[in-house]
Amino acid sequence: MNAELVSELEVPRHRTARARLVSALGPLTALAGVIWAIVQPYRITLLHPHGEGFWWLFVEPPLLVIAVGLFFYFAILPGLLKDLEAHAASR
Amino acid sequence: MQPPAEHVHWLFGTGFLVLGLCLLAEVVVGTEVWRMRTWRAYLWPGLAFAIGLLLWPVMVFFTNSTLHMLAHGAWAEVLMFAGAVELALVRGKLRSSWWQLAITAAFLVSGTAFLVHEQNAWFFQRSSFLHHLMGWTLVGAAVFPFARCLRPRSQTAAAGFAVTFLVLAVFLYCDRDVAPIFGHISTLAGPPHR
Repeated sequence: MNAELVSELEVPRHRTARARLVSALGPLTALAGVIWAIVQPYRITLLHPHGEGFWWLFVEPPLLVIAVGLFFYFAILPGLLKDLEAHAASR
Repeated sequence: MQPPAEHVHWLFGTGFLVLGLCLLAEVVVGTEVWRMRTWRAYLWPGLAFAIGLLLWPVMVFFTNSTLHMLAHGAWAEVLMFAGAVELALVRGKLRSSWWQLAITAAFLVSGTAFLVHEQNAWFFQRSSFLHHLMGWTLVGAAVFPFARCLRPRSQTAAAGFAVTFLVLAVFLYCDRDVAPIFGHISTLAGPPHR
C-alpha cells in the first residue's frame, strides 16, 4: 500500500472558517425554529387541531423555519462545500 | 380556499428566509464559489422575479382597498423588473454595476408600497406596526444595493443586503391579521386572533 495515500486518508480534513460558518447556517435556522416552537407552541396548530381549515394546518411558521434550515443543510450545503473545497484546492 | 392574509405573509416570510440564507451563504463562500453551479447563480434573480410574479395574485385576490391594489401592482412590476435585470447581470447580458440601481429602486418602491398602503398608525394593531416597520426597513436598506453600485465587491454591502431579507422574514412571521402590538390595540381593529 502506498504510505503517502494512507497518510492522506488518516489526516483529518481541514475545514476552513468559511466552511464551518456556512455549515452552521442551516442548523442555527432549524434551532431557531425549534426554540420558537417551544416558546409559542400554540403556533403549531397540528398539536391541537380543532376544526381548522387547510391553511391553518398547512402553514405553521415554526415548522416552516425548521424545514428551511433542514432544506438548506441537506439540499444546498453539500454541493456548496464541495465547490468550496474544489476552489480552495485549485488556488 | 383563499388563504388568510397572515398566512400569505408567513409564506412570503419563508421565501425570504430561504433567500436570505442563500445570499448570506454567498457572502460567506464568495460569489466566485457560489456561481460555480448555474442553478445557484440564478437563484436570487429567479426568486426576485418569482416574488414579483406572486405579488400579482396578492393584488388581484386581496382587494381590501384601491390603495392596496395599486401598491401591490407597483411593487410586483418593480420586483419583476429588478429580477429581470439581475438575471441579465448574471447571464452577462448587462455588465455595468449601475444596473444594481434597479434593485435599489425595488427596495424603495417596496418600502413605499408598505408605507402607503398601511393607512393606520403604528400602534393601531400588530400588522399596522409591522407594515410601518417593514416599509422603513426597506427604505433604509436601499443603501445596501446602492452601495453595491459604487463598490460591487463590498462584503459589508452584500452582508447587509442578505441580512435585510432575514430581518424581513422575521417581521413577516410576526404578522397577524388582528393582534396587539406591545400591549396596544385599537378598539376599531376588531377582536384579536390567538
